Amino acid sequence: MIESSTLLRAALGGMLIGAAAGALALLNGRIAGISGIVGDLMRPPSGDRAWRLAFILGLVIAPIAFVLVAPVPPAHLSRSAPVLIVAGLLVGLGTRLGGGCTSGHGVCGVARLSRRSLVATMVFAAAGMATVFVVRHVLAA
Amino acid sequence: MRSVAALVCGLVFGMGLILSGMTDPRRVLAFLDIAGRWDPSLGVVLAAALAVAAPALALARRRSHALLGGPVVLSSSTLIDRRLVIGACLFGVGWGLAGLCPGPAIAMLLTLRKGIWLFVVAMLAGMAAFEAWQRLSRTAWGRKPATRQERTARTTPVRAAIRPMRRRNRRAGGRCARAAGPRACSWPP
Repeated sequence: MIESSTLLRAALGGMLIGAAAGALALLNGRIAGISGIVGDLMRPPSGDRAWRLAFILGLVIAPIAFVLVAPVPPAHLSRSAPVLIVAGLLVGLGTRLGGGCTSGHGVCGVARLSRRSLVATMVFAAAGMATVFVVRHVLAA
Repeated sequence: MRSVAALVCGLVFGMGLILSGMTDPRRVLAFLDIAGRWDPSLGVVLAAALAVAAPALALARRRSHALLGGPVVLSSSTLIDRRLVIGACLFGVGWGLAGLCPGPAIAMLLTLRKGIWLFVVAMLAGMAAFEAWQRLSRTAWGRKPATRQERTARTTPVRAAIRPMRRRNRRAGGRCARAAGPRACSWPP
């Protein structure tokens, strides 16, 4: 059973994520899509590197700021190194090909009621669920 | 100023990820595991984020320029094509394998877990591979692959231009297709 404090943290955290995405759109006129912010740094003609690097820096130092308020919950990685590498490659390639990840399509795109993002979100959620099903209930059985 | 705003946004975004528990792959995988002990947390996070982001994005969309200057560049593409679906599929498989997506992985770099670093380095390699492939295909066929915006821009005026013709054609009972060009239809029958 999921504790109500877990759900409360999820709701509060989600509101912070939404507020950050909304603020970036209003202040800088940009979409807070992590894969796009990182990936576009690899394109030669990008005259707007500064804000991208600043956003990533903020994301990287988030645990430091968080630990001042509360302990950072541990990350449980259950996969072996080769699986993590394959997963990383797929995530990198897939997010660039599909034009977004959980933040760009899932939060910002769906918030704009973009049908394109809605389709992408449903496809990657379904693919993720299918993958977990195969790994946990087919291969492990 | 724009960079300071971006830094704060990134910081708040990351703290939201940590607070919500989404930086823990176990929790993400528990959401994706619909046949096991399902954990709705990720759905709650997404719903809360959408509720806050939607009004702000709607407001930003109506503005011609951002509050700190510069244009408002919110993607306007509506194209649903093979790239989108294949890309989302690949991403979903990777997400389901590791329980990590780009945001949480980068936000957890400073915890210095080897697995997180492996994942992020591989992710950057995947992104770089995509860019290299784009550049390669550009030179191989001697032209730049059309961006999504260009592909949409190419078909939109054509569709807009033939829309009145098609409407007239429909009104004329489909005769215009056989008449002397679409101009014939601009006259009342």
